[in-house]
Amino acid sequence: MDYFTELFFSGLTRGSIYALIALGYTMVYGIIGLINFAHGEIYMIGAFTALITSTILNIYGFPLPAVIILTVLASTIWAAAYGFTVEKLAYQPLRNAPRLSPLISAIGMSIFLQNYVLLAQTSDFLPFPALIPDFKFMEPYAGVIGTSDMLILVTTAVVMLLLTWLIKFTRTGKAMRATAQDQKMAMLVGINVDRVISITFIIGSALAAIGGLLIASHIGQINFYIGFIAGIKAFTAAVLGGIGSVPGAVLGSFILGLTESFATGYVSSDYEDVFAFSLLVLILIFRPSGLLGKASIEKV
Amino acid sequence: MEPLLNITGLTMNFGGIRALDNLDLRVREGQIVALIGPNGAGKTTFFNCLTGIYKPTSGDLLLTPPGKKTRRLNGLKPNKVTQQGLARTFQNIRLFPNMTVLENVMIGRHCRTRAKVLGALFRNAGTVQEEQEIVALSLMILENMGLADMVNEFAKNLPYGDQRRLEIGRALATDPLLLLLDEPAAGMNPQETSELEELITTIRDDGLSILLIEHDMKLVMNLSDYIFVLDYGKKIAEGTPEEIRNNPAVIKAYLGEDIEDA
Amino acid sequence: MISLTDIKKGLLVSLWFVFLTFPLMVIKINPIDKVILWRWSNMYWVAGGSFLCYLAMQIYKTRKLTRQEHIKQGLIKEKPKMQFKLLSDPKIYLPTLAVAGLFFLAFPLLFSTYQTNIMITALMYVVLGLGLNIVVGVAGLLDLGYVAFYAVGAYSYALLHLHFGLGFWEVLPIGGLLAASFGILLGFPVLRLRGDYLAIVTLGFGEIIRLILENWNEFSHGPSGISNIPRPGFFGIHLGLEQSITYLYYLMILMVIFTIFVVNRLQSSRIGRAWFALREDEIACQAMGIDKTKTKLTAFALGAFWAGMVGVIFAAKTTFVNPASFTFLESAIILCIVVLGGMGSIIGVIIAALILILLPEYLRAFSDYRMLVFGAVLVIMMVFRPQGIVANIRRTYTVQKND
Repeated sequence: MDYFTELFFSGLTRGSIYALIALGYTMVYGIIGLINFAHGEIYMIGAFTALITSTILNIYGFPLPAVIILTVLASTIWAAAYGFTVEKLAYQPLRNAPRLSPLISAIGMSIFLQNYVLLAQTSDFLPFPALIPDFKFMEPYAGVIGTSDMLILVTTAVVMLLLTWLIKFTRTGKAMRATAQDQKMAMLVGINVDRVISITFIIGSALAAIGGLLIASHIGQINFYIGFIAGIKAFTAAVLGGIGSVPGAVLGSFILGLTESFATGYVSSDYEDVFAFSLLVLILIFRPSGLLGKASIEKV
Repeated sequence: MEPLLNITGLTMNFGGIRALDNLDLRVREGQIVALIGPNGAGKTTFFNCLTGIYKPTSGDLLLTPPGKKTRRLNGLKPNKVTQQGLARTFQNIRLFPNMTVLENVMIGRHCRTRAKVLGALFRNAGTVQEEQEIVALSLMILENMGLADMVNEFAKNLPYGDQRRLEIGRALATDPLLLLLDEPAAGMNPQETSELEELITTIRDDGLSILLIEHDMKLVMNLSDYIFVLDYGKKIAEGTPEEIRNNPAVIKAYLGEDIEDA
Repeated sequence: MISLTDIKKGLLVSLWFVFLTFPLMVIKINPIDKVILWRWSNMYWVAGGSFLCYLAMQIYKTRKLTRQEHIKQGLIKEKPKMQFKLLSDPKIYLPTLAVAGLFFLAFPLLFSTYQTNIMITALMYVVLGLGLNIVVGVAGLLDLGYVAFYAVGAYSYALLHLHFGLGFWEVLPIGGLLAASFGILLGFPVLRLRGDYLAIVTLGFGEIIRLILENWNEFSHGPSGISNIPRPGFFGIHLGLEQSITYLYYLMILMVIFTIFVVNRLQSSRIGRAWFALREDEIACQAMGIDKTKTKLTAFALGAFWAGMVGVIFAAKTTFVNPASFTFLESAIILCIVVLGGMGSIIGVIIAALILILLPEYLRAFSDYRMLVFGAVLVIMMVFRPQGIVANIRRTYTVQKND
């Protein structure tokens, strides 16, 4: 039973991370209908920035709270900056191009960013310091759920609530929903569509950076390639939940996280990634609109 | 005699919205039938149901080619519907913009020809002959459409009116029994519209039946043998142009617009 | 040409990129020894580079705009495309073709075995590019798992030889057919979906194949792979290493010619037209009576067939296969060849394959940056020249008028 609970919580932790990344996919897809292949790379860049910032601050002897706050700030700000720039360079010029063009551009961007980090930094795995020491009060549960697992769950929950509030109740959120519905109409009623799209990329990238930061300090090592696999898995989660739907992305992420956790725990860990990819292929074949998504009708 | 196209009880729901409500409609062989109605009445939805792009919620779509057995079109994929003898144009022109004018028409022959991969590789006599026939027939259609001078232009480089005509030509290349035209005169000037009128009459005289969605009342009244009027997905009137002209329900649907001058 | 505001904006842009790249380009940390390395020179490179790029883009834009303006006003005529002229004038392209043909025929005589070996690799990518071109370039289906079919071909030779002792010539068509059946198996359910889903499913499929090859030891011998795969035989005569490479080279040349022949015939056939039309507008295509799924499936399976055959040749060339040769990056390289060459353009794909494969081989300094450049090429081509270096030329027909 203990093993089961352990797997369950590790699945939830995985799911939370996937959710943080999947939201970026789903928001961007909802607004411009593009699979942003470079999104996983943004998450990886977030993790790298966090590693660099925290190491420097540690070397200069900053106190722990300051290190944590500044690291979170730095990684989200830079990831958001990358997300913003990627959109401006690679996607905005292709707004009216055939569907294939932005997709190819996105793949190019993903390859470019991966190799950019590889060349600018290193191809080796870098150890990532555990930023937060284990809490005392968590000790009795250590066999089932660790401090960082709990932190991830709590952070994800808070971030989700904030995002829901933003989308549901703010002006920006309203503009985003309007743009997602109909870009032309949104423009006609005076919404600056370019700005809304930029904001979407910025928010999505910041979320991915938080995911990168959390997972890096949880697993304890990063390299330039972590974004690729995480990206595809988060995309799987987004599709599973119904791409374009925010609650769907979260639901899909938890399902994927739990499936992976149990499958690797009870079946075999060699095929960890195969499970996720097979799940993706199966959903797309049997329910392409996902669990919470609506089947779309193409206008003729 | 069975009408060429006989539609009974056609209903289409989108979620909770009933876009088409229990529609009955017939097209007899050799007729030009018009489908009119205010914007949002469900005319294009009707075309999409008929051509297999949407699956109707209920109702029957029956096609009876002259001298042949009646066939049900419900649930057929769009390409099968075309193969059965319905060809359409689109409200927003949907040509293949980066292919030449001739190739656009040649695509229309696809469903009436059969060369496969092996034929393409070996270019056996049958394939070569088939290909020649496709070209010859497509050229003839373009000649009739008055587009013979621009066979090698990209479709996207054609003026608007020519694009409309090319789309009709492409549809004709599929050898249809019934031609479905979705607002063919939209965006045309009076000169182009009258040329279009002539063209449609010629097509009918060549033995085709035509079902037409159109806003230009003058064109509709001049051309049609029979008219169906749609409003909010329901049929509110049907009859000859003369009858429709004097139908109070139709006049009301058009908000008292004087349709004779419209 | 360059105004003051351009310069100001350029400075801002370069400032932004300095900020953006600062943590990753300038700082390098060693978390174990707790050492920070500040690489300030990188910052100057970024600043200068982005400034110049911005200006170059600005100049390009204004020139393009004024050109279009002039064309509109009728001051100048639209320039007939260079390539158009080159390719349509037999006085130019026939001699070029002859020289190129002679060069390729004489290659193994003129250059060392080492060079010939590199050229074989390049020619393999030419064929792979032409194969993927059917799928992506002509039919408009973004296949990101093309390498999976390549792997199927390579492993079918390795395994069929290992277990049943089959030779190169027997496996060549079998490998192609196996890959094609995989293509049909995957394509049948997936090709109904929208294009971008296809991209991600094929990407996933490519990874699944690679992971299975890596982990299923009993079947594929795992990461260590399978070695001692024989080179192609020449009517039972045993060839030395050098001879067999030369032999393989000419085999590859034949393969390239065969592929060009097939792709060319397909493109100008009824099926090829349907592929192009499908790329342009799926809904209109169906309304013209084209069976969407079947047509896509044909393209997908044919592309896979070619990848499978090249896979067999690859196994025969290296005499060794392991999963590391079939990563996503391989698919990306082939995609890059198609995009750079021009979707649907045979000659463009050939040129692009030769450039992209040979350049890193001969410019060693460039080879580290190879994937970085490939990524950038994909983006830049899409933004500035989506039609590729050699745009696909539609076939024209001569019309005899009888008036």
